[in-house]
Amino acid sequence: MPAALSLTDVRLRLGGRAVLDGLGLVAAPAEVTAVLGPNGAGKTTMIRCCTGLLTPDSGRVEVLGAPPGSASANSRVGLMPQATGAWSGVRPRELLAYLASLHATPLPVADVVDALGIGPFAGTPYRRLSGGQQQLVNLAGAIIGRPELVFLDEPTAGLDPHARREVWTLVRALRDAGVAVLLTTHAMDEAEQLADHVVLIDAGRGVADGSVAELTAGGSLEQLFLELTRPGSAA
Amino acid sequence: MSALDLRPAPAPAPRLRRILRHARMETVLVARNGEQLLLALVIPLGLILGQAVAGERLGIAREPFVASVIALGLWSTGFTSLAITTAFERRYGVLERLVATPLRRTDLMLGKAAMVTAVALAQAAVLALAGVAAGWSPRPSIAQTAVAAGVVVLSLAAFSGLALVLAGRASAELTLGLANLVYLLGAAGGLLVPVAAFPAWAQPVISLLPTTALGETLRTWAGGGVDALPLIVVAVWAVAALALARKVFRWTS
Repeated sequence: MPAALSLTDVRLRLGGRAVLDGLGLVAAPAEVTAVLGPNGAGKTTMIRCCTGLLTPDSGRVEVLGAPPGSASANSRVGLMPQATGAWSGVRPRELLAYLASLHATPLPVADVVDALGIGPFAGTPYRRLSGGQQQLVNLAGAIIGRPELVFLDEPTAGLDPHARREVWTLVRALRDAGVAVLLTTHAMDEAEQLADHVVLIDAGRGVADGSVAELTAGGSLEQLFLELTRPGSAA
Repeated sequence: MSALDLRPAPAPAPRLRRILRHARMETVLVARNGEQLLLALVIPLGLILGQAVAGERLGIAREPFVASVIALGLWSTGFTSLAITTAFERRYGVLERLVATPLRRTDLMLGKAAMVTAVALAQAAVLALAGVAAGWSPRPSIAQTAVAAGVVVLSLAAFSGLALVLAGRASAELTLGLANLVYLLGAAGGLLVPVAAFPAWAQPVISLLPTTALGETLRTWAGGGVDALPLIVVAVWAVAALALARKVFRWTS
């Protein structure tokens, strides 16, 4: 089965600094790929390259067999941004209805609202939602178009343990339905629980790549993270 | 969670629907924003009311003044509101999110253009009706009506281009401050204050501003005259501003 996402030797300098420095990774359909790395390691920049928001200086990015940012690629992906991602005055139900309207065969908005427990705050302006509630709305927005590939940028940051488990359940359901999931996280337990494939990056390049079992053969994922990455290395 | 059919089935909606739904979303948000309503309607309506009450005493003639106020309203919609909303869309990551949807960048810009057009039309209608209720009776010629239609469209394009240049480079806070300051400068520079009221040495420069072109055109329209020269001024501004916006606009903050 062809890869849902592949990056080969991707390099990008921003503000005179190498943010991506030869990054390579592959994400497969029906798998969860977790990208781990310290703050500033290049995780969000990598996602921006995958959606066409940033153009690498060199290297190759292929999203669902198409160039990043192309109509073919961007209409088949879902994105949960790391922060905000919505108008301050929009209400979750109308935001989701709007996002759904951009797709020909979206998930029913009411079903998504129910499934993610958004109902109690579906009519509240986005700016008045808690961080966790905003995260759930962003997650709903990422899946409403029934994507083949979803980018979840730190999907459980700011969530309480109940909501976190709900999100994990959804991520597993996405994978079981055949969706390629690429998530970034700082939470080692999250990667261990969810990921079929882990890519550890530091200062814009991959430093470890494999299944959780492969990477934890000699110790915990957190130990490996501490050994292979530098604190705030690229901040 | 099990109720959701998460099997992949992505397909973009038809392009026209995407553009119209985006325009509708932005229009709803603008209509809900108190600060933008203040600029778009409350201040202009207050000016029309003020002229009706004290205009004669202050020597402010009704016919050109109501036309000037309509021009001011269009300026607020085309420039100030668009700059502020777009800057905050960048700040809040709205544009970053929308890039990863079937909405293409040109769809988004066309949706914004449709929003600006819809709001401007509604705004002009409300202000004109308020003016008529206050005794305004414009005497437009057919020729100047055609000129005015062209100038309004081109000036909205120029204002929008300038708004996107500002919002696409500056931070949201800086855009908020500058857009309001420029709103006031525009009001003074040809929108509310006719070019003839400026010193002779300043008039050639003031005449070349898109705000002046719009203000003078609507005043000429209301007064029954004909002057097509502002069409050239706003056409140049529209092309230059939109080209610059295309070049410098950044989608993330």
